[in-house]
Amino acid sequence: MPPLDELFDETFASPGVDWWVLVPQIILVGAALGLLLVASLAPRALPAWASTIVTISTGAATAITAAIQWTDWGSAPRSTLAGAFVSDGFSLLITVLVGAGVVMTALVAHSALDRYAMAPPEFAALLLASAAGAVVMAGANDLIVLFLGLESLSIALYVLIALAGRRASARESAMKYFVLGAFSSAFFLYGIALVYGATGGTNLSGISEFLFGTVRDNDYLLLAGVALLLVGLGFKIAAVPFHFWAPDVYEGAPSPVTGYLASIAKAAGFAALARVLYVAVFQQGTAWSPIIVALAFASLSVGAVMAICQSDVKRMLAFSSISHAGFVLVGLAAIDPDIVDRLWANFAGSVGGAADLGDGVSGAVFYLVVYSFMALGSFAVLSAVVGSSTDPDDGTSRHDLSRYSGLARRRPVLALAFAVLLLAQAGVPLTAGFVAKFEVIRAAVGEGVYVLAAVAMVTAVVSAFAYLRVVLAMYAPDGASVADDDPPTARVSRPRWGDLPLTTVLAIALAVAVTFVVGVLPQTLLEWSADAALSIFP
Amino acid sequence: MGALLAASGSASDFPILNALIFVPAVGALVVALLPRSRPDLARPVGALFAGIAGALALAMAWQFDTAAAADAESVGEGFQFISQQSWIPDLGISWHVGVDGISLWLVVLSSVIVPIVLAGVDPHHDPKPYTAWMLLLQAGSVGAFVALDLFLFFVMFEVVLVPMYLLIAGWGYDGRRYAATKFFIYTMAGSALLLVAIIATAVLGSPDSGITFDLVTLAEGQQLATNAARLCFVAFAIAFLVKVPVVPLHTWLPDAHTEAPTAGSVVLAAVLLKLGTYGLLRFGLYLFPEASDWAAPVLVTVGVVGVIWGAITAAMQRDLKRLVAYSSVAHMGFIVLGIFAFTAEAIGGGVIQMVNHGISTGALFLLVGMLYERRRTRQIDELAGIQSAAPVYAGVFTLIMLSSIGVPGLNGFVGEFLILIGSFETRRWWTVIAATGVILAALYLLWAYQRVFHGPPAAADRQTADLRKGELLTLAPFVIAAVALGVYPKPLLAATEPAADCLVMHVTVYSADELADPADPVVVFDGCDIRDSACSAGDGSGDRVDDTAGDDH
Repeated sequence: MPPLDELFDETFASPGVDWWVLVPQIILVGAALGLLLVASLAPRALPAWASTIVTISTGAATAITAAIQWTDWGSAPRSTLAGAFVSDGFSLLITVLVGAGVVMTALVAHSALDRYAMAPPEFAALLLASAAGAVVMAGANDLIVLFLGLESLSIALYVLIALAGRRASARESAMKYFVLGAFSSAFFLYGIALVYGATGGTNLSGISEFLFGTVRDNDYLLLAGVALLLVGLGFKIAAVPFHFWAPDVYEGAPSPVTGYLASIAKAAGFAALARVLYVAVFQQGTAWSPIIVALAFASLSVGAVMAICQSDVKRMLAFSSISHAGFVLVGLAAIDPDIVDRLWANFAGSVGGAADLGDGVSGAVFYLVVYSFMALGSFAVLSAVVGSSTDPDDGTSRHDLSRYSGLARRRPVLALAFAVLLLAQAGVPLTAGFVAKFEVIRAAVGEGVYVLAAVAMVTAVVSAFAYLRVVLAMYAPDGASVADDDPPTARVSRPRWGDLPLTTVLAIALAVAVTFVVGVLPQTLLEWSADAALSIFP
Repeated sequence: MGALLAASGSASDFPILNALIFVPAVGALVVALLPRSRPDLARPVGALFAGIAGALALAMAWQFDTAAAADAESVGEGFQFISQQSWIPDLGISWHVGVDGISLWLVVLSSVIVPIVLAGVDPHHDPKPYTAWMLLLQAGSVGAFVALDLFLFFVMFEVVLVPMYLLIAGWGYDGRRYAATKFFIYTMAGSALLLVAIIATAVLGSPDSGITFDLVTLAEGQQLATNAARLCFVAFAIAFLVKVPVVPLHTWLPDAHTEAPTAGSVVLAAVLLKLGTYGLLRFGLYLFPEASDWAAPVLVTVGVVGVIWGAITAAMQRDLKRLVAYSSVAHMGFIVLGIFAFTAEAIGGGVIQMVNHGISTGALFLLVGMLYERRRTRQIDELAGIQSAAPVYAGVFTLIMLSSIGVPGLNGFVGEFLILIGSFETRRWWTVIAATGVILAALYLLWAYQRVFHGPPAAADRQTADLRKGELLTLAPFVIAAVALGVYPKPLLAATEPAADCLVMHVTVYSADELADPADPVVVFDGCDIRDSACSAGDGSGDRVDDTAGDDH
């Protein structure tokens, strides 16, 4: 990478493009545009299955391409577009995750499209466009590119929620998300401007080189800029105190979209956050790490406490998602107080500290992957439960806890799957959720941030109560003691999987499988995330 | 590693401990996959799998080499039937299992008691999930008793919560929702900090060669600084004390026991509570010898308070099942006292008492459950004169009750007697107070017996049916064990004593601290693998002087 001065000289020369690096983005954008084109030119409306198949295969193709790139190239960064975009282990792992998320979302949404009166090709195109934004965010090595990714992700999502506009709740939700999202984008842009003012560049590696390479009187302008960037990204990841939109939006959005919002949109936000913090302003670690610690504290405790107050399962999951964001932040915050010394040592070429430094990011990445599957699976269950019964007429919400009462009797397998996903989120061992928590806590303890680790575990217990309420409702409904023999008439006929849409079942099965396999044999994913985390360090 | 060498001599190549974990786990899977139309198959199939594991456990106890155990010079060398497989190599986590004299009989107890209650107790509805959860409970608890890796132990320790929680919530009595949630949250809250402490122990205490969660390596290495070890010990101890439970942390237990289905109560009392005391021994004393010594005065006090508090509260109960539950609190207090007395007799007595408490309290819960089946009540007020209507039931109840009280000749006596003897050497006044607990136990149990079984029977009492053959068969193993181990406790003692000796030695060496009465020939130092550097570690000697001074007042 050339020094900054040279970069500026070459401004008018068009940068070289390594097309192979951009294949995942091209696949996503191409499929989205193609789908829109065909849908608008076709004489009749495209059937839902056609656009679902296109979405699923695009998502799978993206994931597979990224996986192949990773196997071929290893984790070493390959930058292109004059260093504005980088493809390394970290961005490729997130790309694989985004591809998998698209597949899961498309599977769940397939049966829900009709219910929400959403046009299939538009839904698919928007989903793919937002995924393209997420992939760009994961690999952006320039603040401007990062902003482009952020906007394509967000704008597609605003519309995606509004697509279910026949429902007032979805309209309200889309509006809320749009207004607050636009607001946060403005913060983010202002942050970019300030950082540019302070460092003279928007390239993340360039900023880092500038910060390590110069002696400055003060960093006030830079820190103000970083703070604004954190506000902007804080909105995206729904960290307390920037979380106020999340429960309402999650509740109002169609369940498949909510799952996507809670997993992939969040993962993209975290990927961008990790890159900004660890690549661009790494040198200011002592300044930003207390902020991340504070955000983690707040997200963990507010998320957990608010989750136990909810009577609506979807809102409960929304708050629990905030608390999970807190856990990921614990991973990102896990930096030794004497970081600056180690940073200097690290930058000077000593590899000794690097493996250790990667622990926190590695834990965060692991947590993101695992949580994405748990969230996608949980919201898929919600979708299946709502889709298989009529709307309540007693004024309770569509996802009221009472609707889950006795689910274990009516649908034993669905209830078991939901219980597994909920217990995994609570962090019960032998599920992926436990290993994720273990990794993050290990990073925190390894860096000596004991208090944060302890608080995280205590809040995990608090939110366990919220999950247990749902499990309890499913397995032990209110009413007479079941210890006495049941009268035979009480046994309702149990519908089997058959009447649930196959695609949703497939998505839930996939989520449960990942939860178990990673929970029992986490070594592979641990290696991947450690690889990915190390690749973003300079 | 010495532990690995010891294994090769004593055990066959068959990984019997893994089988003890996986046979019930596979059984759970098989039961879950049974056809929906044949719910009647669930319990026989489940009992079969659990029974195979139980038989394997008995075979393992038979093969356990007591001579090799007696020759072991450190705790690490005492482990047998070791099986170690790499699990998460990046973090130094392995599937490392093994038994020594401390865990041997607890493993047997867990493996044998589940098939008995599965076969003997009717869940009344949904037998399929019930059986599957019971089998998972067996797999998890055996796993926790044999785990020699901190990560593996934590996994098993937490995993048993889920089946127990669902058993209480799904098959319990009226207050089951409240009780199940309370049980889960209490235990999970206790173990929240346990996870942090486990990681801290591994991160700070691992040898320079790399991070490891291996118990033997960490415990024999003792690389933690004194203060870090003490903090970690506190976190470990809290997690285990919730599980035991000791008095300020015990309130989940009466609810869970009372609301759980009979089989759940039996397993909870016989197996899950032992995870707490076992954890204190294995992961408290062994891993943090100096810190255990440092905290011993508090823990001994807590144990004695449990003995008295549990006994008095039990005497006040109107519900027979709650009474038995509180008697558990008292008995477990004894065990805590024994563990932290740091004499071989007391620790060995504690281990034996764990097994015996499992036998006698498990049987008491079975008996109370059988009474509830007949009368649909457990209120002592509503029962009277059962003896005349159900003489056999009354007879079995008497025998088990006497074993619970600790009458000589029955199993309960052996453990309590050893605990009292052993503790008297180092913790005189605590022991004196705890000994009154034995009298109180006689008081609350005999009083309850008198009210329920004697007196003028009402019409309903007169119609109380006596034990059926199946129920007698279910109770027979408990009765036989109670008598046999009371008369001839040597099999228990032979395995336990050397392990307890080694553990006491370990604590003594690393706490660099003399026992209260050095003249007592409790510990032989000659055979011990003393590390010179470790002997000078620790600064608890000043505390101990104060303690002994306090004793004499």
